[in-house]
Amino acid sequence: MLRIDKLKIPNVPTLSFSIADGTCWSIEGPSGSGKTRILRAIADLEPSSGQIFLNGIERNEIPGFDWRRQVRYVSAEPGWWTPTARQAIPKNCTEAVERLCSRLGLDPELLDRDIDVVSTGERHRLALALALSDDPPVLLLDEPTGNLDAGNTALIEEQIRYLRISDRIIVLVSHDKAQIERLADQRLQLAPDVKKANADAPEPTTLPAPTIEKVGRP
Amino acid sequence: MNAVDLTLTDLALASTLILINGAISLAFGLRLERTLLINTIRMVVQLALIGLILKWIFTQASPVWTIGLACVMISVAGFEVAMRQERRFSMLLTYGLGFGTLLFVGLLTTSFTLGAIIVPDPVYDPRYVLTILGMILGNTMTGVALVMNAMTQTASRERRALEARLAMGQPRFEAMRDVLGQSLRTGLLPILNAMAASGVVALPGMMTGQILAGADPVSATKYQILIMFAIAGATALGVLIAGLGTLYLLTDERHRLRLDRLTAIKSN
Repeated sequence: MLRIDKLKIPNVPTLSFSIADGTCWSIEGPSGSGKTRILRAIADLEPSSGQIFLNGIERNEIPGFDWRRQVRYVSAEPGWWTPTARQAIPKNCTEAVERLCSRLGLDPELLDRDIDVVSTGERHRLALALALSDDPPVLLLDEPTGNLDAGNTALIEEQIRYLRISDRIIVLVSHDKAQIERLADQRLQLAPDVKKANADAPEPTTLPAPTIEKVGRP
Repeated sequence: MNAVDLTLTDLALASTLILINGAISLAFGLRLERTLLINTIRMVVQLALIGLILKWIFTQASPVWTIGLACVMISVAGFEVAMRQERRFSMLLTYGLGFGTLLFVGLLTTSFTLGAIIVPDPVYDPRYVLTILGMILGNTMTGVALVMNAMTQTASRERRALEARLAMGQPRFEAMRDVLGQSLRTGLLPILNAMAASGVVALPGMMTGQILAGADPVSATKYQILIMFAIAGATALGVLIAGLGTLYLLTDERHRLRLDRLTAIKSN
């Protein structure tokens, strides 16, 4: 279980909620409302106050890198640091990555291609394959199907459903309402961008509370 | 074996050479006349002043003044490092890192060179301390400024890649390894190139000075080799300390990338 207790990020309402294993949450809100920052804060990639527990362990009890090995953030625009994707694969995960590639509709040969000539959509799926390869219990997916056509979107959604029945926790940011309805068990709705509305008040005291809506499981 | 002493008239004659700069500026409308004038005056005044100060310090028996001037030199070098950055942490942090690195490296290499190799009598003889410290500082300062600037610039440029590595659970040192490596190279290259070119393309300034002042060329060369070793060692150590220091400032104890600590400095 992932429990978030009074998580404070500038210009985003204070958040408290718990996500049970095997559920998928979505975060919705207009551009600039802080969806990406919430995911990054949960992965402890940017400073925030409040507590986050994974199965009873608070993030500050373990080193940041250990936290992120379990709470995996996948950016909407993933970066690469090696000439080919294969060189970025963590130790002992090659087999898993190759398996995930074929499941996500990728030719495993792409792993050895120069990463700069791989298309944006393929790079995105490669990043997802890499992120899933060591089987982290929590996945924070930022626009996972942003650059994909309908067929590949379906493959990713199938993978998300598979993760859900394997008791993983998924937090999904997506602009695609229909996708959220297909996948999410619970929906977190953020209010419109407060910062842009009151440019003079950098830290508004009264932020509209986010609404959490429970969705019946399909 | 005494050198020809230069008179003020000689120097005035030499100053006409600077007019070439002025002529170019005027001919191409570069508007550098003002800068040229100010910097020329600064150079003359600073050098005259340091000449007088050194002359006075050389006559003092107490090492207090030597230490004082050494401190001033290190402070100014630290400031120069901070001024050469395109992105800074707070002025205090950036200055502190540059100053701290130069203080440590300058102290260590100067003491080693003087205490273990040259061993003048007394060891704190300002004639040796201040000149050697000056040579070491001048070069280490360049390396330190380069490595710090390369670290902050590369990390800013490679933000996505660095964040992807951190998101995959790499500790900060592993995630920043490539940035650190590239930056260390950048910091070390000038001194490595200088070693290859010295003697063939350029006679190093210190050697030229010694020869002009009447020293035996072979003896001057021996000093120059010693100085090159000292400079190379000092630069390597300074570049490493400043590089690691910048790595720790760019990341935090949670192994996060903290580019928000940086402010870009507008260039003029």
